[in-house]
Amino acid sequence: MTQQTFATTGPAQVPVRRRRRLVWQGTEEHPNRPGTVVLLVCTVAVLLPLYATVTMAFKTTAQSVNGQVFSLPSPFSVEGFVEAWRLTNFPRGFAISVFVTTVTVLGTVALASMAAYAIARNWDRRFFRASFFYLLAAMFLPFPVLALSQVKLTGMVNLDNPVGVALLHVMFQLSFSVLLFTAFVRGLPEELEESAKLEGASTWTVFRRIVFPMMAPMAATVAIFAFLASWNDFMMPSLITADSTLQTLPVLQSVFQTQFSSNYNVAFASYLMAMAPAIVVYLFTQRWVMAGVTQGAIK
Amino acid sequence: MGATFYLFLVPSLVLFTLAITVPAVMGITLSFTDSVGFGEFRFIGLTNYVAMVSDPAILSSYGFTIGFALVTVLVVNVVAFLLAVGLTSRIRAKVALRTVFVLPMVISGIIIAYVFQFLFSNSLPQLGARIGSDVLAQSLLANEDLAWTTIVFVTAWQAIPSALLIYIAGILSIPGEVYEAAAMDGASSWRRLVSITLPLVAGYVVINVIIGFKNFLNAYDIIVGLTNGGPGTATRSVAMTIFSGFTGGDYAYQMANATIFFLIAVVLALLQLRVTRGKASVS
Repeated sequence: MTQQTFATTGPAQVPVRRRRRLVWQGTEEHPNRPGTVVLLVCTVAVLLPLYATVTMAFKTTAQSVNGQVFSLPSPFSVEGFVEAWRLTNFPRGFAISVFVTTVTVLGTVALASMAAYAIARNWDRRFFRASFFYLLAAMFLPFPVLALSQVKLTGMVNLDNPVGVALLHVMFQLSFSVLLFTAFVRGLPEELEESAKLEGASTWTVFRRIVFPMMAPMAATVAIFAFLASWNDFMMPSLITADSTLQTLPVLQSVFQTQFSSNYNVAFASYLMAMAPAIVVYLFTQRWVMAGVTQGAIK
Repeated sequence: MGATFYLFLVPSLVLFTLAITVPAVMGITLSFTDSVGFGEFRFIGLTNYVAMVSDPAILSSYGFTIGFALVTVLVVNVVAFLLAVGLTSRIRAKVALRTVFVLPMVISGIIIAYVFQFLFSNSLPQLGARIGSDVLAQSLLANEDLAWTTIVFVTAWQAIPSALLIYIAGILSIPGEVYEAAAMDGASSWRRLVSITLPLVAGYVVINVIIGFKNFLNAYDIIVGLTNGGPGTATRSVAMTIFSGFTGGDYAYQMANATIFFLIAVVLALLQLRVTRGKASVS
């Protein structure tokens, strides 16, 4: 898509005299061509490691050990994927990652949206206002601070497993998500809710039928961030989950660092399979990802 | 009616208290004991804290982590700001370029660290040998003095996208008229960048610096994937030192370490709140 857009717009007719003034900003009629070229060159820094991952993954073991990382695979081989599938027990790791991530996303959206609605509509009551700041306080609490006690506590209550990991993921996502939802609900008009209540609808019905549907765009942002945080997390599952057969995909990748260190094609095929879902989700939802970062940081 | 609102909020509060607050209080309490993680323990006051001050393992992990965080914050912000300036100018393929530059944000830190670990230990030495550089011909990861640069590089690679998005939002919030007026007065594009863009996004710089510093102090995944704290303990972060409390028998001692770490995080959090509040009231 990059190539195509770049090629079809054609050469810009920019008068030499004006162009010097417009080097970094450009105007509608006079696009900034040097800037475009510089940025295209910079994308190499992003794409090169990903390119290396893909080419390595499709090589044979013999090709992968010769050290020519950036050469194209010849012949194309899927033996790395087959072997990675078996070595990491991919279906099980994938299922556990999907489970943890699904529970995290659903739990975060449900708990945070309800809590935020309650807080936003009762801001004048001290209990709700205090709860808001209480939940928010954890936004800056680093996991390493809690790790030792959490590992101990989850072990004591038999949550040293994917269920416990998902629960902790929800709790760590709660601050950021409640913050986003609360700001969003404050911007929603209250008239609809009030008229529904006059007609006898309960708070729960109002939330489910009126408020939550209106929150959908923010729910998408919250869900994507919960998905990315949970799918990609390494620290928490690696510490909390006691049984190594119940590990998520990122943690499973360490097997290639210790046991199978020379089968690079297998390792890279495995890395690719573990990172691909996040990349695919990102490509389809980038609008919300981009909005979410700025809203979260600035508000 | 009002009761339902409590039902909406209270489950979150209860779970949150059990999962976050209780471990935090427990950790801070145990930091004043000689617990090894199980069995009997007794309160020993500030002994753990006093011991930390002269513990070379702790001090070197703080030294490494803070130094690494400072350098990374600098690298991330310079690169992200320049990219944001480029990506908000009238370039072609803007959407596609933004999509590519944000991509690293969504990849798992541990996996990208494994990929780079391979590139640093195989591809870069090959390149180094070809261009005749003795330093690069050896693996940077095994070089006690330079291993940290690989961690800075990969951390920056992954952290630039979110800083970039914040800078893009900041630059887009500057009204166009300001630039038009400056252009009419004959200000060069460099001049406009330094005298208009930079001062007007100063608030966003501060936000990015604080968020970045907070995140980089937590460094763990990328270090585990690249150097695992080595060579020796040259790249061991505070988080890794705290986790050593699981195995090293100094459980309560590392709780004290975690508590100090927590206090640093609180200071950064208060700083960020103050800055974002200040910014909100201005706009």
